[in-house]
Amino acid sequence: MIEPLRTDLVVEYPFTRTTGPVVGAFLTGLRDGRIVGVRTSDGRVVVPPVEADPATGATIDELVDVADAGTVVTWTWVDPPRPGSPWDRPHGLGLVLLDGADIPMLHGLLVDSTDDLATGMRVEAVWAAERTGHIQDLVGFAPEGSGVAPAPHAEDPGDEPVRSVRTPIRLDYDFIPSSAAQEYLRAYAEKRILGNRSPVDGAVFVPPRGIDPRHGVAADEMVELAHEGHVGNFCVTHLPIPGRTDLTTPYVSAWIHLDGADIGFLGLVAGCGVDEVRIGMRVRAVWKPDDELGPTAENVLYWEPTGEPDVPVEKAGNRAWLTRRDADDAGMECGA
Amino acid sequence: MTLGWSAVREVAVVSSAVHQVEALTFTPDVQLMVPLVNAAREAVGITQDDVDFTCSGSSDFLAGQAFSFVQTLDAVGAVPPISESHVEMDGAFALYEAWVKIQTGEAEVALVYSYGKSSPGSRRDVLAAQLDPYVVGPLWPDAHAVAALQARVVLESGAATPEDLAAVAARSQRKAVGNPNALRASADATVDGVLAEPVVTDPLRPSDLAAEADGGCAMVLAAGDRARALCERPAWITGIDHRIDPQALGLRDLARAPSAAMAAERAGAAGDRIDVAELHVASTAQAIVLSGELGLTDDVEVDPSGGSLAGDVLMAAGLVRIAEVARRISSGTADRGLAHASSGPCLQQNLVCIMEGE
Repeated sequence: MIEPLRTDLVVEYPFTRTTGPVVGAFLTGLRDGRIVGVRTSDGRVVVPPVEADPATGATIDELVDVADAGTVVTWTWVDPPRPGSPWDRPHGLGLVLLDGADIPMLHGLLVDSTDDLATGMRVEAVWAAERTGHIQDLVGFAPEGSGVAPAPHAEDPGDEPVRSVRTPIRLDYDFIPSSAAQEYLRAYAEKRILGNRSPVDGAVFVPPRGIDPRHGVAADEMVELAHEGHVGNFCVTHLPIPGRTDLTTPYVSAWIHLDGADIGFLGLVAGCGVDEVRIGMRVRAVWKPDDELGPTAENVLYWEPTGEPDVPVEKAGNRAWLTRRDADDAGMECGA
Repeated sequence: MTLGWSAVREVAVVSSAVHQVEALTFTPDVQLMVPLVNAAREAVGITQDDVDFTCSGSSDFLAGQAFSFVQTLDAVGAVPPISESHVEMDGAFALYEAWVKIQTGEAEVALVYSYGKSSPGSRRDVLAAQLDPYVVGPLWPDAHAVAALQARVVLESGAATPEDLAAVAARSQRKAVGNPNALRASADATVDGVLAEPVVTDPLRPSDLAAEADGGCAMVLAAGDRARALCERPAWITGIDHRIDPQALGLRDLARAPSAAMAAERAGAAGDRIDVAELHVASTAQAIVLSGELGLTDDVEVDPSGGSLAGDVLMAAGLVRIAEVARRISSGTADRGLAHASSGPCLQQNLVCIMEGE
């Protein structure tokens, strides 16, 4: 069996989040070495604080300090630590009911093994030496007697309450393209462009996705397409895209309608002035040198003008489909 | 048939199709759904032209791709344009939207589908991203850890013993025998066998955690006489309700799921005897919690398919539960059933769907 094409796909959410006054007060407290909760309308103290009363939905903002020691309500053991975990070794994870609070909070339990964990055990906070207004200002909770008290926050007269926090999320995927995409990408390595033909009406789709989206049916038949076509639509980009140092502005992205295909696909148009690009302009693929070809659509560097007469605007782009349908209705051969 | 408090029209499940496997390595969502959508429609002899409303459920987080559901819509054949909606939730909640749409009179026939392909990523870690992103998410409590925190509360509350959890796991594995969509099935499963497994996420063993699967489910709903014309014995939805508890893990007793009890009451679960129930759980401990909240008595057959413990497609497991109950009603092996779907951590959100034969 051929080794399937695969790639690492990383999705990141590097957001800076606005905290608002309640969560902001909690994070400000952590920065300053205090744990802050909020009192609900029925008098319960919730840590970390929530902005709305869980029972009534009413806005609540009566802040209350609680102790940085308490009792383990439930726990589990994380071994090995998860990829996104802030701890680099196996650790407990538990809900801790802090003295003065009515609702337990989640945090790490810093012990060496499950033998050192029990529901009901007393724990106290291990504070980070440097604190920024983040849940990790607390390193976690350790058995009572082994906690680390907060070093005084080097208070700057200019210290403002915490108003935002960065909590980036990263997720890793092992992306394996569909069988149709695998075939499409491998064909690129041989300078061939493939599409799928619809079993219903013969329409040709590129890139092939194994499906005719008009009819919702599988489309397995592969068709090799020409390396020439026309510009169905385009736009000119004048602003650089972060991370795309290979693109010098201005550049033209275009919907390329290959001869024999019934939908367009995205490509760059170059080899002529930006102001010369127009709908209907005939173009052909400019490939990478043969010794640089790989299973990737990047093999086509860009599309350049052929110099042939334009496709009339009324028959260009997605209108080409209608034109071909009309021709079929008139008894002409499909795909001609 | 008596309709529940919120229903004004008779709506029934008239067909469904399910597919679950360990990993759909080369099959993208859209190719998974083409045969399922077609099977559900063809079972009742309709095409997309007969469908007034289409609603789907899926998660972009699983696909690692924004608006991934738009590509999957290609499986339906959405040309010319159709009336369509999507929820970033389990398909059971898409079904609820479709049911509401039919209640309003804007649709007679609806197509509902959902799918999940979690195998390209680490599902237990992707699920950490559903938690509060300010003060919980950064500690990265993965789904197994969260399930374990709840399970310990259930055990230490006295609601169940480790043997009780193992009995739930063994029951699921035995019942899953014969279910082609089950990933974890064994005619020989026993309590002792489960208890002999090593603890992986204390206090849980592998069999305590739902077996992760890739797959999907498609279903056709129809109103009144249209349903009767399409299907010999429609599974009438006599009540459906969705309730939510606070998300923060500490804000409620994790041995309880008040929203499940409320949804069951609102859906009219107690109105008559229940022959069969299918539960959407992430762990055996959740099955114990639900059994109490839903008031399931010993004479109810729970999880005849093995339930979600035997095969759990994230975003479809709830809709599959509805499909499993509906299928048994339509085939005449049950007269009245309860299907449950959940969302969020530790049974935070619960939907109960009561179905009856005529």
